[in-house]
Amino acid sequence: MRVMAQMGMVMNLDKCIGCHTCSVTCKQAWTNRAGTEYVWFNNVETRPGQGYPRRYEDQEQWRGGWTLNKRGNLKLRTGSRLKRLLTIFSSPVQPKLADYYEPWTYDYRTLTDAPLGDDFPVARPKSLITGEDTKITWSANWDDDLGGVAELGHLDPVVEKVRRESEDKIKFQFEQTFMFYLPRICEHCLNPSCMASCPSGAIYKREEDGIVLVDQDRCRGWRQCITGCPYKKIYFNHRTGKAEKCTLCYPRLEVGLPTVCSETCVGRLRYLGLFLYDADKVTEAAATPDEQDLYEAQLELMLDPNDPEVIAAAREQGIEDEWMDAARRSPVYALAKTYRVALPLHPEYRTMPMVWYIPPLSPIVDLLSEQGHDAENAGTLFGAIEALRIPVEYLAELFTAGDADIVSTVLGKLAAMRAFMRDVALGNEPDESIAEHVGMTGAEIHEMYRLLAIAKYEERYVIPTAHYEQAHELEELGCSLDFDGGPYELDASGPFGEASGRPAPVAVETFHALRDRQTSDGAAAGDDLRGRVNLLNWDGNGAPRGLFPAKRPAEDDPEGGAGR
Amino acid sequence: MNWDVVLWGILPYVMVAILVGGLVWRYRYDQFGWTTRSSQLYESRLLRIGSPLFHFGILVVIVGHVIGLVIPKAWTEAVGVSEEMYHVVALGLGSVAGIATLVGVGILVYRRRTTGPVFAATTKNDKTMYVVLVAAILAGLSTTLISVFGPHEEVTYRDTVSPWFRSLFWFQPDIASMAEASFAFKLHTLIGMALFIIWPFTRLVHAFTAPVQYLFRPYIVYRSRDGRPVPTSSGRRGWAPIGTPDRERDRGRRRGRSDAGSTTRR
Repeated sequence: MRVMAQMGMVMNLDKCIGCHTCSVTCKQAWTNRAGTEYVWFNNVETRPGQGYPRRYEDQEQWRGGWTLNKRGNLKLRTGSRLKRLLTIFSSPVQPKLADYYEPWTYDYRTLTDAPLGDDFPVARPKSLITGEDTKITWSANWDDDLGGVAELGHLDPVVEKVRRESEDKIKFQFEQTFMFYLPRICEHCLNPSCMASCPSGAIYKREEDGIVLVDQDRCRGWRQCITGCPYKKIYFNHRTGKAEKCTLCYPRLEVGLPTVCSETCVGRLRYLGLFLYDADKVTEAAATPDEQDLYEAQLELMLDPNDPEVIAAAREQGIEDEWMDAARRSPVYALAKTYRVALPLHPEYRTMPMVWYIPPLSPIVDLLSEQGHDAENAGTLFGAIEALRIPVEYLAELFTAGDADIVSTVLGKLAAMRAFMRDVALGNEPDESIAEHVGMTGAEIHEMYRLLAIAKYEERYVIPTAHYEQAHELEELGCSLDFDGGPYELDASGPFGEASGRPAPVAVETFHALRDRQTSDGAAAGDDLRGRVNLLNWDGNGAPRGLFPAKRPAEDDPEGGAGR
Repeated sequence: MNWDVVLWGILPYVMVAILVGGLVWRYRYDQFGWTTRSSQLYESRLLRIGSPLFHFGILVVIVGHVIGLVIPKAWTEAVGVSEEMYHVVALGLGSVAGIATLVGVGILVYRRRTTGPVFAATTKNDKTMYVVLVAAILAGLSTTLISVFGPHEEVTYRDTVSPWFRSLFWFQPDIASMAEASFAFKLHTLIGMALFIIWPFTRLVHAFTAPVQYLFRPYIVYRSRDGRPVPTSSGRRGWAPIGTPDRERDRGRRRGRSDAGSTTRR
């Protein structure tokens, strides 16, 4: 047994209101730069819908993920290594920009610069790729809130599949429509196919926390990973010619902060914590013959942090006690394995994704209440889960490779929690039989309720910090290449520049800012930022110093305000 | 004679020094810039034809060059390959591969010029490289064509260029042999050397990291967390604001913009 730790995430889809705050804050933090205009490390999809990039789930077309060969071994869906090297000169199934969208801005300048005339000046859309006028035809969430679903709904690959299997039962008539949101980040898989596709070996999984990263120095832009990832969560930076992906905000995690998307989530639906898994068994589990057994196989990989054998093996592997403690308190382990309510997204891709989802009960609750039923009555809910096959089958295609029974069971637990806790809230005698109906006890339901509904900050995010004390000697070395004229020469750094002196290493800087933030009532700024603004640490608590230019005294500059 | 010494006795070593030195320098100091700079995201219809045609063509051409330059005439004759046979095969294969390469690069250049986003992402460096590359291919192909259709030569490149090429490795350059070669061969050799001189400083470097090791490495790569700190300054490459055209370099753009005043959207 080779015990390894994996930082995982669980998203409770019932709570997602589709506000896109996670996408926007992620973009502001990580992909707000040239070359990544179309890149959304985090995006929120309305389901049913095509997703981003369009129809990425159709692996017949995009050939992402793994499949089994005749002997039952794992192979990449794109084919053998040799075949991929031979097709490297023009990647056969890489999505084009049109499959994402052409990013644009508006010519705002015309609004102020246009000469006086009879017509109102308009800000025309300009392509961010060519700089020319452009026509906006698609975006990362064009079909948000089922927009255009009557015309485009059939293009959802999951709808296609469910329809094929259930003979056109899904109708996009207004009254029959169900809808939910699916926020997506990189899955930080245990068996990542992007990594297996990378000819340079630039994509790697961190031993300590399982975060999958692209080494920007070793990536050579062969773009095989983009095809390899079935979730299409590796993007090509067309300016630098390198692949980029979600980093699970590792600089934040290392100092104990949740990811930007989690921190800013309005619905507080994200959970972060550790899984322990047996790295030696991953390949075997991913090669499980029946797709519908993959969920169970993945769950089997997750080790119980209370098991003495696991604890001993973990100690042998050098996993810190602090991390073991975090693993025992891990909310993601509790939701995925203890309560078994969190499911992996598309286990049939065989990548063993580590971002799990609690399927939404809301489509069913909504339908019931629209029809005038009591949507919190246990009997009604249990009956509806059985009766309303369409949402259940759709969810099953997303989370269990089509096994509707697993989804029904999970939804049953959520329904039981709803019904059970209503009695508690109303001061009635709680009905233990409801809990028994889904194989739980009242106490367990209480605990699950606390985790899902109360969801305190420190219970949602159990993040052990990186042990940098070992690497401390290295930290102050700095980079030997950032001398004047060197390749990493830093603009305006030097004794007279605005950010004078050597830059602080990111971990140190984040650490100091975190301490500052935790101990001060006002805005976290800190003198050690030396003229720069570290938005990664900004909690919205006032404005960090240096974010806005200082107001000039005795002069009210209209341009120096918040707009700049 | 002096020129012959400079061109065929000194220049080759200068070329190797720049090529090797440039590659080492770039590998050590510009890993981040070491990429194919693929433009497939913008356009893939023409790329799908042009790029494999060019790349496979040039691979065959490289193999042909190695065979033609490294294996002495005496060796092939010893195993019973006649001059005639050798030339039919070499010219046949050479012209097919050469024409494939030329057509491929032609498609790629056409694509680069006519597809808006691809042209916008083309740097001066790229354009220079394309000129030298296409010139080298054209000159090379013309040597092949001249030897097929031109006046029959008693002395072929195997008696002039090849001995000179081999002699370079013993540091006893056979300048006289090379001086004998026809003008077309001399021109091709010179352009070829020019191409190798600029090679480390262009996007062509990606060829030196051809991912052959992919065939042998394990699928899943684990790596320990890096202890090395990363500078957090805004001056890092790849962090230019949105709206920066592809062909502008980050640093130049920043300076230029601060002079001209802010034009990006806020």
